[in-house]
Amino acid sequence: MTGIAARRLTGGQTEFDIEANTVRRMIAELDQRYPGLGKQIDEGMAVAIDGEIFQDAYLEELKPDSEIVLIPKIGGG
Amino acid sequence: MSYLDKATLKVVGTRPIRPDGVDKVIGRATFGADHTMPGMLWGKVKRSPHAHARIKKINIDKALKVPGVHAIVTAADFPDIPNEEAFVGEGPMNFRDLSRNCMARDKALYDGHAVAAVAATSQAAAEEAIDLIEVEYEVLPHVIDVEAAMAPNAPILHDDMFTQGVEPKPTKPSNIAKKITFTKGDIAKGFAEAEVVIERKYTTKPVHQAYIEPHACVVAIGADGQATIWSSSQGQFMVRAYCAKLLNIDIANIRAVPAEIGGGFGGKTLVYLEPVALALSKKTGRPVKIVMNREEVFRGTGPTSGGTIEVKLGAKKSGRIVAAELVLKYQAGAFAGSPVGPGCMCAFAMYDLDNVHITGYDVVSNRPKVAAYRAPGAPISSFGVESCVDELARELKIDPLALREMNAAREGTKTPYGPTLVNVGYIPTLEAARNHPNLKIKLGKNQGRGVASGFWFNIGGESSAAVHINEDGTASVIEGNPDIGGSRASMAMMAAEVLGIPYDRVRAIVADTGSIGFTFLTGGSRVTFATGMAVTQAAEKVVEQLKSRAAAIWDISAEAVEWKDGKAFPAGANAGSFEPLSLADIAIKSGRTGGPISAEVSINAQGAGPGFATHVCDVEVDPETGHVKILRYTAVQDVGRAIHPSYVEGQIQGGVTQGVGWALNEEYIYDKNGCLENPGFLDYRIPVASDMPMIDAVMVEVPNPRHPFGARGVGEVPIVPPMAAVANAIADAVGARMRDLPMSPPKLRAMLDEQDPPRMAAE
Repeated sequence: MTGIAARRLTGGQTEFDIEANTVRRMIAELDQRYPGLGKQIDEGMAVAIDGEIFQDAYLEELKPDSEIVLIPKIGGG
Repeated sequence: MSYLDKATLKVVGTRPIRPDGVDKVIGRATFGADHTMPGMLWGKVKRSPHAHARIKKINIDKALKVPGVHAIVTAADFPDIPNEEAFVGEGPMNFRDLSRNCMARDKALYDGHAVAAVAATSQAAAEEAIDLIEVEYEVLPHVIDVEAAMAPNAPILHDDMFTQGVEPKPTKPSNIAKKITFTKGDIAKGFAEAEVVIERKYTTKPVHQAYIEPHACVVAIGADGQATIWSSSQGQFMVRAYCAKLLNIDIANIRAVPAEIGGGFGGKTLVYLEPVALALSKKTGRPVKIVMNREEVFRGTGPTSGGTIEVKLGAKKSGRIVAAELVLKYQAGAFAGSPVGPGCMCAFAMYDLDNVHITGYDVVSNRPKVAAYRAPGAPISSFGVESCVDELARELKIDPLALREMNAAREGTKTPYGPTLVNVGYIPTLEAARNHPNLKIKLGKNQGRGVASGFWFNIGGESSAAVHINEDGTASVIEGNPDIGGSRASMAMMAAEVLGIPYDRVRAIVADTGSIGFTFLTGGSRVTFATGMAVTQAAEKVVEQLKSRAAAIWDISAEAVEWKDGKAFPAGANAGSFEPLSLADIAIKSGRTGGPISAEVSINAQGAGPGFATHVCDVEVDPETGHVKILRYTAVQDVGRAIHPSYVEGQIQGGVTQGVGWALNEEYIYDKNGCLENPGFLDYRIPVASDMPMIDAVMVEVPNPRHPFGARGVGEVPIVPPMAAVANAIADAVGARMRDLPMSPPKLRAMLDEQDPPRMAAE
């Protein structure tokens, strides 16, 4: 995970082992461990799954060997 | 359904004329300032003459007495919005800051900051009243430049701003809004392994998007409380959402109608005038029109950041980069929110690096709040990184393209910001650049060649589109994105391809917020990708309907019908023997087969593929004057799949041209009081046609499998490499390494004077 707001809530931890088969469940699990993190992810972060960036990805399925990276949401000009 | 097999395409990949083209070229299109209404009042904004001042009192008594003046608004007429951040529109938005940027409350934070506005029956009356509004200011010390704003004794803009991202949490306010870091590997270990280390500092100036059309709007509130906004913006849904938030109006009570837009480039992803006109219309009950002049555009709207870029590269003598460190300090303008985050993330994304450490600072100062500008943040960090990579190549005596090839990001490279790259085409851009005929041209005296690469993520997002079949067999495509780069043509082409009919049988319309589902704004190079995906899916739904209507006409099962080349055919001998039915044959009978044939699709498009580019610039330096002439420019880019190749090339050429202006001439010049001295195109020098050669846009097509036609965004990345490409070419020509933008004639002349003896490039 990157992004200072999220790191503030996790005490600096950036890597997590989580059991979840969708992004929504992964966020819910993170929020349970670190209250407030779910809102931070919802409002300001995107999810990269196996290299593809999803700005909003509640319904995306996660495979057991997926690389999942939480990054700041991206805009453009 | 996938249409990735290029050989099967009949419309996508051709070059028809865009439907809005002629009207825009001859000035007949209805831009923001062209709309008028009966009973309309003229609005005018009063702006702060001070860079930083407390607003002690505003007296409007004299101004209200001017004949024709109907109303005056100040911050008191706007809700005082709490400090909250939300992702609505183009990025994380703090609506308190947005409100205070539209109308100063308590303090004016930059020269040109709006402090009041008038609505009057004529422009002359409004201007007279503006001059009679008495604002009592307490002038405060100001700070313009980013490092000065970070200094411990700098004037503080916001007493409640404490630097985020540092531990322990600061107890004193600061102009540093945020510190961010990205780390990969072990940077100390990487530098310990390095055989060559280069450390340099580069600086860039804020530059304006320089859209030719100034901001303009007309706002009217009806007797039923419904507000209608006609304005030039990059997103009517953004205008609606922001105005609703700033004026505390239900979204359903605002309809936003997009005008044709005369350029945006990210600068029209915000509101400035619309909330003010809305407040004035609310107060007067009359339609209100406000049009900025050029000076107001420069003083009152957001450029992109200026910044400092400190780069440290460690490499083996073979050229392999083993450590890369970067510190970025970006000006945000008067409110937090520079694009330093994407600047950090894009800086080294072209390279496969094991050890990276990046630090970014978001810094406020007494300038207009920055707005998005093509690939926000990336051109700034890339100017430093790509200049430094060139300096490394020269130090190692390695060809700059070869150095990039040796360290290039590729399929499976883990980026410094986290994700692993998939379906990317950076290396093909390097190969295409190396093989281009322009690189075989021998250079003469005082001429040089520079190479630079760039990266941008691209985005998808929420889009809606509808496809309607008309009674005569033509089709209408309805989209919710203002057409900036030719999207009407691209949308019509994708629909035509799916429907199997010619392009000229499809007409694309840009609809208002009441006529199509929510669509995120035109920005981030998302429209061809995301809205194109919605259009394609809507057209596919229509095809399914056409098949079932043909089945109804033939009285057979819909599964027994196939759609090919714009006609329904029986699917095999068992389906029966029928003459094919054209789209027009089916459309004319739609009333008898179930009613109108149409489909609307709303999606949230994901998986936008990133864009890579490699540029090669040839320049000639006049050592007498310091003038730099661009001799030729080769811009290679992975475009995924070009839906309309001419408009993709146009995006590349436009980005390059803006980048060349950023490189050579564009800058804001402030006087000692923090007031802008060059708010106009005579003194703020953007490139004109005679400054530029024909830009060779070279498209590499590595399709993005997420998009039915393989498209990826193309409008952002072409502005990323030019500043370094030009700087590297100047260094190649005359040995003068320009590390401070713009590389204007006086600065280059001064640097040449410093050379002893002057070094000229060999013929």
